[in-house]
Amino acid sequence: MEPGGTGTYLHYLLVGLAWTLATALAAWVIALIIGAVVGTLRTTPMKWLVRAGNFYVEIFRNIPLIVQMFLWFFVIPELLPTALGDWIKQMPPPWGSYVPAVLCLGIFTSVRVAEQVKAGIQSLPRGQRLAAIATGLTQTQAYRYVILPQAFRIILPPLTSEFMNIVKNSSVALTIGLLELTGRARAMQEFSFRVFEAFSAATVIYLLTNLVVVLGMRMLETKVRVPGLISAGGAPMAGH
Amino acid sequence: MGGFDFDVIERSLPYLFKEGMTFTITLTLLAMTGGIIFGTLLAMMRLSSFKPLSVLAGVYVNLMRSIPLVLVIFWFFFLVPYIGAWILREPNPIKVGAFWSALITFTMFEAAYYCEIMRAGIQSIPRGQVWSGYALGLNYWQTMAQIVLPQAFRNMIPVLLTQTIILFQDTSLVYVISATDFLGAAAKIANRDYRLVEMYSFVAVVYFIISYGLSTLVKQLQNRVAIVR
Repeated sequence: MEPGGTGTYLHYLLVGLAWTLATALAAWVIALIIGAVVGTLRTTPMKWLVRAGNFYVEIFRNIPLIVQMFLWFFVIPELLPTALGDWIKQMPPPWGSYVPAVLCLGIFTSVRVAEQVKAGIQSLPRGQRLAAIATGLTQTQAYRYVILPQAFRIILPPLTSEFMNIVKNSSVALTIGLLELTGRARAMQEFSFRVFEAFSAATVIYLLTNLVVVLGMRMLETKVRVPGLISAGGAPMAGH
Repeated sequence: MGGFDFDVIERSLPYLFKEGMTFTITLTLLAMTGGIIFGTLLAMMRLSSFKPLSVLAGVYVNLMRSIPLVLVIFWFFFLVPYIGAWILREPNPIKVGAFWSALITFTMFEAAYYCEIMRAGIQSIPRGQVWSGYALGLNYWQTMAQIVLPQAFRNMIPVLLTQTIILFQDTSLVYVISATDFLGAAAKIANRDYRLVEMYSFVAVVYFIISYGLSTLVKQLQNRVAIVR
């Protein structure tokens, strides 16, 4: 691209990529922790825990991401006690949108992680759990030492695509003012009219990010593959 | 709840639903139809033994699936006027409304996702079905249209519908090109009357009810259309 001779537009976009990744990674931590807990709880024999987990999943799965973004950004600060709400609203520029965006994406994705964790646990033969209990492990120990270590290795491929989803979905944060990669491409278009270059550059950067993540995860997958299983290919799922 | 005024919702109901929800639902249904048709063609291309065709479809699908929908919306919003001018041989970019731009975007974008679903559906059909089609003297298109696709489609109906619920939620992203869909309509009123909390909460509730209701229906349907093997 040819950014008017200064060469700073590429830098501007790369800073955007840094924000995209910073948002995605922080949200990913939240998504993994909550997703693992909720997904596991939904496979326990305790009915009320299962129900609470299902409720959580249905709430965050059935509201569009951009609407959730608005809830975190516009609505929640108003519902909190005035002092806390004001403090949130007065956070300096990037953080004022970064924090809600991370929370929103983290919780949005945690639901999808929870679904994968649940599917991973349920894909294990029942004998694994029964054998674990039979050897004298408690429920918690059975999860900790037998079920979860296998389940997580099985669901690594779908988790990779969830991570890519979080990277892509972080672009929705531009609607609450976070200048991440897509937001910056649009901003460039507005002040330089180099629409084609701006969007092309952003597209290429997303593709490269995708490539790096996929290659990295493929290496990890070979490393942690459960010996003896053919591969972990799931049924086709709808999704983004 | 001292400072809240929920009357604003009641006052704006006609606008929200007549303008906004109509836009959202029309866009969803048309993009679903277009997306499934184009997606099925892409799936057939991907499974074709003619290499250039399958590579072309593969590149398209992977490209669409690798970049954010928001960026795709911007791309088409910017490109469609030029493509239109090129097709109609006009010297200047033609004017395209937000609706048409959004419709083209979502059809092209969702086709990539529908394609992968239909591909899995087609691949789930035993090869013998295709061979018997050919043995009966049917050509490729007849075999596809009369034997393979009806079965593939039937097997995949629940997944296709689930994807459509996602599409329904995703149409709210047309907010970024200032279209007046359900969310866009609510946002306009929210900003005009400074009633963001009330309007966005209401929008969330409405989306939740519709999406939850539809996904419950899909689950029931899934049990009914499941083919007993």
